[in-house]
Amino acid sequence: MRISEKFRQLKGRKEGALIAYICAGDPTPAATKEYVTALVRGGVDIIELGLPFSDPVADGPTIQAGIQRALEGGMTPDIFFRTINSLKLHIPIVVMTYYNLIFKRGLEKFAKDCAASGISGIIVPDLPPEESDELLQACKENDIDLIYLVAPTTTKERMDRILAEGTGFIYLVARLGVTGVRSDVAASTGELIKRVKTNTPKAVGFGISNGQQAARIIRAGADGVIVGSAFVDIIAKGEDVAARLEALARELKEGAEVAIN
Amino acid sequence: MANKLESTKFGKYGGQFVPEVLMPALEELTEYYEKFKDDAIFNEELDYYLRDFAGRPSPLYFAKRLSKEYGVKIYLKREDLVHGGAHKLNNTLGQGLLAKYMGKKRIIAETGAGQHGTACAMAGATFGINTEVYMGAKDTVRQRMNVYRMELMGTKVIPVKSGSQTLKDAINEAMRDWVANVETTHYMIGSVVGPHPFPTMVRDFQSVIGKEVRTQIMEKEGRFPDSIVACTGGGSNAMGIFYPFIEEDVDLFAVEAGGSGMKTTDKEALHSATLCTGEDGVLHGMRTKVLQNKYGQILESSSIAAGLDYAGVGPELAYLADIGRLKPCNSMDSEALLAFHDLCRLEGIIPALESSHAVAYVRKAAATGELGDIVVINISGRGDKDLQTVMGMRK
Repeated sequence: MRISEKFRQLKGRKEGALIAYICAGDPTPAATKEYVTALVRGGVDIIELGLPFSDPVADGPTIQAGIQRALEGGMTPDIFFRTINSLKLHIPIVVMTYYNLIFKRGLEKFAKDCAASGISGIIVPDLPPEESDELLQACKENDIDLIYLVAPTTTKERMDRILAEGTGFIYLVARLGVTGVRSDVAASTGELIKRVKTNTPKAVGFGISNGQQAARIIRAGADGVIVGSAFVDIIAKGEDVAARLEALARELKEGAEVAIN
Repeated sequence: MANKLESTKFGKYGGQFVPEVLMPALEELTEYYEKFKDDAIFNEELDYYLRDFAGRPSPLYFAKRLSKEYGVKIYLKREDLVHGGAHKLNNTLGQGLLAKYMGKKRIIAETGAGQHGTACAMAGATFGINTEVYMGAKDTVRQRMNVYRMELMGTKVIPVKSGSQTLKDAINEAMRDWVANVETTHYMIGSVVGPHPFPTMVRDFQSVIGKEVRTQIMEKEGRFPDSIVACTGGGSNAMGIFYPFIEEDVDLFAVEAGGSGMKTTDKEALHSATLCTGEDGVLHGMRTKVLQNKYGQILESSSIAAGLDYAGVGPELAYLADIGRLKPCNSMDSEALLAFHDLCRLEGIIPALESSHAVAYVRKAAATGELGDIVVINISGRGDKDLQTVMGMRK
């Protein structure tokens, strides 16, 4: 399913989107299938799966640890695409990974493998628009969205370029720093949501972990929230994982729904 | 924007592969660097610190007994005599001064063996800027004295416990810090690596080495050397001595760490010979040659010399290797140790194990004639920091 179609549906129902991140293969490829199913049961609208890279500079300690577990569990790009292929989801799947894994596989092949396994979009946190022309081309040829990030430090000139090129949704980095759970919502988040003027849906990530925060962000004008570290934390603890993932997804989704009503 | 992109690269290498949050900081740094690099007042101040604080120019020393032993005329560029015991201070004084001009309140850096960290601590103290250094937890144990040196000069050393707990992870962690504190903080990269403008800027600050050699060798020999040999990890001492000779008829040899052998597994390399065996990839904000497995996961590299132990290499070196302007080569741990002892015994100079790799290459290549008649070796640092390692090897 295309991302834009999902956001259209949600808009019709006046719901904010919940985008859930976990790292594929954390702690095993088989577990990922079970956890994704649980997240979908909990009401997640879009699944974002991390393809683990050895040197994840944009991630904080929680997701780094998840990536480490996944690599130790034997996750590779080949297994990743096979795993995705076997999921058969009815919601969009997005892959989040670092550029070297895409570069090494070959941009064309990576985009083709995404399309063939049912992935709708790619997020690359270390690929700013200055360096993304070739990947953008490969994505276009395979009907894949290349999802760009904007940050509180993004200047107007850069913002205009990113909004002109980005498809699927725009990933708003809520605060300076790496991924990880925070107790508050940064003041800069609201300002950033206002600064991003586009018809492409806006989803906010970095630091969101509960329903209240999700509600606040949707109320501030976002079309969706992205939650990662809070889910990865549950996997790290390793107790009752599927049930707790489902419960947290439900809480976050309720936050995102209530907000628009 | 298209024009600007051109200048961020060396051929296909280089670029700016960083999180969006950092792009404005890189733009700001580029702007300031371009503004001040030819500024008379900035350069006068930098020259003052290089001369009166760092002790430049460093001598170019004719190594008479070593020349006789190896059968080629050898000059040593004595960066080991620079304050702090390595060439690293050339760069940190340059970047420190720039950070001061930019009004940055805080400096962060990564360090492997602690040489760059120590040079940052010196610059931080001199310029009165709060300095914090990320260092792999394993390295903080291996290099306890350097940790203490940094702390004496008021620098906070932060042990990094992620990944392999070495240089690569210290860089990752410093980048994460920079992402969170980009508005107040300058990230002082220690080599000709990372996103543009770092490879260019660090090269320029280190070029003082090669510029001095140009003058010094003319005084002594009335001509340029036939070859210049420098050890290469990230490549800052190599680019520093090579760059002023790029347009000249001088052969350049970049000696990488051959470690304990040129073998790799899926997860690690027994060496750090990136120019020799690495493949095109993207790491730490730059496109360059990288030690990686077939999926693009970065390998853990290995060397007896912590300062060479890195899975990437400066993008300009990768470019110069591709076009044939420099020759990538390597020395193994055991060869570097032999050369280390040669220099100690014959010249009364204790070189860093890093620099010993360059000496080791001359040791084995002199007889082939490929180095010509006159060779300059960059002794990038002194070996006091390595005595424990060397003592351990004797047992």
